[in-house]
Amino acid sequence: MKFNKKITNLLIILISTLALSACSTAKKSGGAGSDVYSGTATVEYLASGVKDRVFFATNRSALTTASRDTLRKQASWMRKNKLSVVLEGHGDERGTREYNLALAEKRANAARDYLLTYGISGKRISVISYGKEKPVNSASTPLAWSQNRRSVTVKTK
Amino acid sequence: MKKILYILVIFLFKINTVYSLIEVDITRGNLDPLPIAVSPLHVDPQSDNYQDAKIKELGDLISLVVEKNFKSTGLFNPLNKDAFVQKPDIAHLKPRFEDWSLITAQALVTGKILIKDEKLKIEFRLWDVAANKEMIALAFTTTPSNWRRVAHIISDKIYERLTGETGYFDTRIIYVSETGPRTQRVKKLAIMDQDGKNTKYLTLGNELVLTPRFNPTNQLVTYLSYFRNLPRVYLLDIETGIQEVVGNFPGMTFAPRFSPDGKKIIMSFAKNGNSDIYTMNLESRLVEKLTEDSSIDTSPSYSPDGKYICFNSDRSGLQQIYTMKSDGTGVKRISFGDGLYGTPVWSPRGDLIAFTKVRNGKFYIGVMRTDGSGERLLTENFYQEAPSWSPNGRLLVFYRETKSGKDGKGFTAKLWSIDITGYNERELKTETDASDPSWSSLLSK
Repeated sequence: MKFNKKITNLLIILISTLALSACSTAKKSGGAGSDVYSGTATVEYLASGVKDRVFFATNRSALTTASRDTLRKQASWMRKNKLSVVLEGHGDERGTREYNLALAEKRANAARDYLLTYGISGKRISVISYGKEKPVNSASTPLAWSQNRRSVTVKTK
Repeated sequence: MKKILYILVIFLFKINTVYSLIEVDITRGNLDPLPIAVSPLHVDPQSDNYQDAKIKELGDLISLVVEKNFKSTGLFNPLNKDAFVQKPDIAHLKPRFEDWSLITAQALVTGKILIKDEKLKIEFRLWDVAANKEMIALAFTTTPSNWRRVAHIISDKIYERLTGETGYFDTRIIYVSETGPRTQRVKKLAIMDQDGKNTKYLTLGNELVLTPRFNPTNQLVTYLSYFRNLPRVYLLDIETGIQEVVGNFPGMTFAPRFSPDGKKIIMSFAKNGNSDIYTMNLESRLVEKLTEDSSIDTSPSYSPDGKYICFNSDRSGLQQIYTMKSDGTGVKRISFGDGLYGTPVWSPRGDLIAFTKVRNGKFYIGVMRTDGSGERLLTENFYQEAPSWSPNGRLLVFYRETKSGKDGKGFTAKLWSIDITGYNERELKTETDASDPSWSSLLSK
């Protein structure tokens, strides 16, 4: 009982931290709103209605409300299917290479942590950072950059 | 002799006094480079196979390599050989200084080569035209195929005599060669002489490779490879081609560099969304963790005495530059300007830290003192990063990317170098697109 309560507390703290950092992201990215990509042009689907990727603001690794929604759907899809995934973290071309490697690893882990809180075993999730090395859109435009700042969930088996 | 020195001293003094005061210096001007005449080296007719055109032109080729090196510094103005009156062999014995001073030469390089029994003997002299004096005379013996290296060594000796600074011509640059579209870029490790010649590819392009860096004391290189899709720091011996993974880390290791004594590798290790800085001793294999912070700590670089480390961290919110003692204590933020700062690299002289700065969507390469004061931005562009120091601490080599269009086309990645005064910005021509350059130490110390 006591142990369960502890976990619940932890969860509350974790979720409120995520919510808080999401707020600060929105603030930092300026009055025009966040520069997180919200379209579906580059998105693929793991199953019907289950998007394979989430997007991030410049220099940030916090999950947005939409990202959390996508990851909850991925978690319930993973609960129903016996499979493992790799989370591939990415950055855009507007940052130094080494920092992008670290940041993309942080982004993929933000997605991993969220899947863990929804009961997916860590054994089923691995993480790899590609930094800015594998853009999905190679144009030098704010739209392309927002599509490249992503964590993609890829089925491994 | 005195006159030349005098001119150079004034010249260097001028650069220092005028430009160290300017905080943001991205303008370029033309100073008066020293006029120097590099006479073709005389080929001794007693050489084996003297009638062979390849032997006959070797004297010209060597002088052209020397000339190109001088030209690239921006400090010298090699004079047109058409105006030379004296024949190479006579000039080498005793120049008629009036002739050389007539074409405004202030320094003169002469030389002679002899090829006998598969050995190349090169002799050269540097003359002070105004003072009518010999400044250096040196001779080397080597194998004929080594003539380019000798040309670089001669260039270094002359540069050192005229500027009072260590040369950097007998060096190599390792970099990442890039081909193919950006969404499927093929990257290979490549190495070339400092002047862009003798390019060799060290990996086949089967796996992604990034950020190669030279060991300052030998021919080892450390870099990041995605071999078997596991991003890890590797060691490569460029003479034997033997590669090995560095340490046994349960996750991504990246951003490697050697310690100044070449015995340790310092790098980042990322785990569960947190990157910290570690060192590994290459002999004892002992691993030490230097930073303990929940934010990103990466791009570490040692001071030349090995006592300090500069690195990149976002612990204050966004990317900034920090320094600490080599045991991880005494962490201090040193960058406070407007914008983000990344890729700090400690100068081999110890006095400056070079960095990449991002401000208002532009990328700058700059230098600051090791306490963060005296920041100077040397060059502004759409995208450029990852400066690496020439071994004498006078130049930086870095890579620059151009904007791609909406269709993703028009993208290029090239190597550039710039003098720390902000002058003499120029492209280093490479066979393919290129990034992540690292400059070697002098090969002949």
